[in-house]
Amino acid sequence: MLLNLIEPALIDWSRAQFALTACYHWLFVPLTLGLAVVMAIMETLYVIRRDPFWKRAARFWMKLFGINFAVGVATGLILEFEFGTNWSNYSWFVGDIFGAPLAIEGIVAFFMEATFIAVMYFGWNKVSRGFHLAATWLTGVGATLSAWWILVANSWMQHPVGMQFNPDTVRNEMMDFFAVAFSPVAVVKFCHTVLSGWLTGAVFVAGVSCWYLLRRREQPLAFASLRIATVVGLVAALGVMATGDTSGVQVARHQPMKLAAMEGLERGGRRAPFSLVPGVEVPGALSLLATHDVDGYVPGIRDLLDGYVHPDGTVVLSADEKIRRGRVALDAFRTFRADTTAPAAKAEARQRLMDHMPYFGYGYLSSPERLVPPVGLTYWAFRVMVGGGMFLLVVLAALLFFERRGTLGRRRWLLHAGLWSIPVVYAAGQAGWIVAEVGRQPWAIQDLLPVEAAVSRLDPAAVQTTFFIFLVLFTVLLVAELRILCRAVRKGPED
Amino acid sequence: MKVIDVTAVWRFYRDGFRAMTWGRTLWVIILLKLFILFVVLRVCFFRPALAGLDESQKPRAVAGELLRADRSGGNSAQP
Repeated sequence: MLLNLIEPALIDWSRAQFALTACYHWLFVPLTLGLAVVMAIMETLYVIRRDPFWKRAARFWMKLFGINFAVGVATGLILEFEFGTNWSNYSWFVGDIFGAPLAIEGIVAFFMEATFIAVMYFGWNKVSRGFHLAATWLTGVGATLSAWWILVANSWMQHPVGMQFNPDTVRNEMMDFFAVAFSPVAVVKFCHTVLSGWLTGAVFVAGVSCWYLLRRREQPLAFASLRIATVVGLVAALGVMATGDTSGVQVARHQPMKLAAMEGLERGGRRAPFSLVPGVEVPGALSLLATHDVDGYVPGIRDLLDGYVHPDGTVVLSADEKIRRGRVALDAFRTFRADTTAPAAKAEARQRLMDHMPYFGYGYLSSPERLVPPVGLTYWAFRVMVGGGMFLLVVLAALLFFERRGTLGRRRWLLHAGLWSIPVVYAAGQAGWIVAEVGRQPWAIQDLLPVEAAVSRLDPAAVQTTFFIFLVLFTVLLVAELRILCRAVRKGPED
Repeated sequence: MKVIDVTAVWRFYRDGFRAMTWGRTLWVIILLKLFILFVVLRVCFFRPALAGLDESQKPRAVAGELLRADRSGGNSAQP
């Protein structure tokens, strides 16, 4: 088995390096997406009302947007380096399905952002108000379109559709571009992720505004920014909840082991309970969330390993049977690729491979237990994400309520809560990705390729070295960003 | 049809960069980061594993890796 061959250290360090890079990248992206909306709304108010107050406000948040953008730009490229070096088997195996969205993303990002960001920063007093406003909105649209293609690629890994494996080229070939680009999983993931970015931007603006109010500085700007941020934040939070609900149903359908791990559910059934924290459960709530039916059947980890018969009569194979079929697929692939195989035997092997292709990845697994992701991490990350989201919803609603009543300035506890919402929104966002990615282990591509087969054969020490280089680089850049951001906030808007 | 004045575009960018204040620090960070990414990391540490192989060699190499990864030895039960 692969597990005996490839050092666990290599897989672990390769995964750790990718996780570190992705987590770091995700510190910048959501703020870019969210701040773009807030500053564009402010500039729109400036254009409509011709009030220089809104121009000053928009320019201040644009400055913070620029700092975040400058430090974050190109961090995603490191992930692409890692695909080619650390995950070369995976990169080849996914073929143009992954390459096409990433290429489109690169072109869109480069041209839209390079053009419109320049107009946004350099164009004040040089282009018309309307043109400048369009550039500001299009900066946000460009960043959002970039996110679309990245999330299409990620969604395909979670739920591969629209392709066929070609054993001659050893690649998955795109058969249906629209099935890949507009897969329901991709659409929901895009909406959920972008809205979470809006929430991040809104909470950031609200938090910074709360800091000004605590210091009794820039109060008109802080109150005006809070009004916009809380409305954007509440709309985004409700959207995140709605898309999260749809995502939960999709996970139950396509990645039931991830759902079982999110709940730490050993044995499932009808009226499955939702675990608030260990030992505190709401009967039937998990069934309701996963199937939109309080009597819906939700399998647990053991059910998925042992196999079960769904109440609708569908037979779900045991992990042992899936592994057996996966090995048949791998044997057929080996026979097909062998130089000595006769043409007739090759054709037969190809057919056998295609028949068993849905189980291809299972052939690499040493035991059924390999199918179980880290339950503790997935379980708690899910609670941090949901709990954080609920906290933010309450804080944003309270900030808006008391701001409208004109008593927010006196409620310092709430201003402190608003300020502390900034780390909470980041923790919730990171936890969301941990649920999405750790919860689908061991798969690099769901059911088709486990991480053991996806990883390149490198010296673990080399991967370890680059991990620490990244750790230092990312820490330095993050400290630089935080220092520049804090200095810009302390300085406040320029007159 | 309106013709784009390339010199005006050039002046737009040139004046924009010249007028930068806090943006200069950010450009230093961006350029430093790009240098580290593309010169130090890309050249020294992140050589694509399939680099140097032509398009006909890559499928063989990856197939070899994928089959090497599976050590069940082709002894699984037939369907």
